Amino acid sequence: MSRSEPILKVENITKSFGSAEILKGVGLELPKGAIKILIGPSGGGKSTLLQCLNCLVTPDSGTIWFNGGVVNIQKSKELYAFRQQVGMIFQDFNLFDHLTALDNIIIALCKVKKMSKQQARERAMTELDQVGLGDKGHLYPAELSGGQKQRVAIARALAMDPKVLLLDEPTSALDPELVGEVVAVIRSLAHKGMTMIMATHQISLIRNLADEILFMKDGLIAERGTPDELLGKGCGTLSQGFCDKLNEIAGEES
Amino acid sequence: MDDMAFFRELVTGLNRGLLMSVMLIIPSALGGLIIGIVAGALRAFGNSLVIRIGDGYAALFRGTPLVVQLFVLYFGLPNVGIYLTPYWAAVTGFMLCSGAYQSEYVRGALLSIKRNQYLGAQALGFTRLQTIFWVIIPQAMRRALPGCGNEIIYLIKYSSLAYIVTFMELTGEGKTIATEYFRFTEVFLVIGFYYLILVSVAKIILRKTEKALEVPGFGSV
Repeated sequence: MSRSEPILKVENITKSFGSAEILKGVGLELPKGAIKILIGPSGGGKSTLLQCLNCLVTPDSGTIWFNGGVVNIQKSKELYAFRQQVGMIFQDFNLFDHLTALDNIIIALCKVKKMSKQQARERAMTELDQVGLGDKGHLYPAELSGGQKQRVAIARALAMDPKVLLLDEPTSALDPELVGEVVAVIRSLAHKGMTMIMATHQISLIRNLADEILFMKDGLIAERGTPDELLGKGCGTLSQGFCDKLNEIAGEES
Repeated sequence: MDDMAFFRELVTGLNRGLLMSVMLIIPSALGGLIIGIVAGALRAFGNSLVIRIGDGYAALFRGTPLVVQLFVLYFGLPNVGIYLTPYWAAVTGFMLCSGAYQSEYVRGALLSIKRNQYLGAQALGFTRLQTIFWVIIPQAMRRALPGCGNEIIYLIKYSSLAYIVTFMELTGEGKTIATEYFRFTEVFLVIGFYYLILVSVAKIILRKTEKALEVPGFGSV
């Protein structure tokens, strides 16, 4: 693994909602091109951690470094600029319901990146083609399947030229037969060297893509290591137990 | 012979009144809608002081009869040196009253937009204002439209209260003729028919607007 400067680094992130302490001091580093995968039981803090990484949820304490500099999240201008460079994919897609697939991408390019409408349209078409939806640009979210919606969401995030992609259970809301098309897109991103951190229960993604697995439990990273270290036969780790359970479920389904 | 004179006078009078009513309704409806959108947005997204002011405005204008509001505007304000013509007193009263109701429809629609729409926009780097303007309002507008249209139709009918501040619109003109000829039933039936036409036209325009803004997945058929 290359020892390059991390693109995104966080240290000692904490977050409470009321009296519930969701994150109890989490730190991680994302070197360029790395793929880290968050696994662990529900309520362990995976989603909250991802949302803290781009400050959709403001951490109570902790520091975020991006591209070598500390992000001052109190300054809204700096925060907006930071978010532009960190793409996020949500479990339930979060496409804008009143806009077509194409316009979902165009509006972000025009309003945030201040691109001209013409340039934005060309870029949006390119990105839709990349995810295999070049012919679906005129359709509204309500007219797309879950897998197609998620692919539009990925195209929209990629159009912003993010340096890092945060993926929050990108396949969990999909019908089983639609998971494959989204997994394929994520795989191709991985092969192109996109830096990613992803929470997922998709066993195929965990095993094949992860440079490092982070097992989160009770607001802390309980285990971290390569898939071989954590998932090798008989290593008796939390991660292995968890993945065995996922395998069982997957086995029952197929 | 007498009938002919009566009907001729009735039709000319009511047509004149109809024009006046339309001149009242259009600016009142537009003004009310603008006030409603601004007040509704402030009440949904403002800080606690702004919300309190907005709530106070809505409580005052929804809580008191429109007749009282018109009286205050026309007969009360001169006491503090503000003189409104009957037309402007009526339009001001209608706008403020309609705006208070509209702000409720708008507020409800804004609050009905799911949180994931905010998150989606924020994650792309939209500012808060951009999110509200380009994502929340366009969606809320479609949700609010049926309610706002309802309020406009209601406004068409309560515009008849303008004759209380001596502005001669449809109902005022009709009432004068009815008194002159002592033929109330016929006159008010015809007035009712005029309002029915006004409302029907408004309904067609509203339906057209809804159709034009229609997006799959947003309810309206």
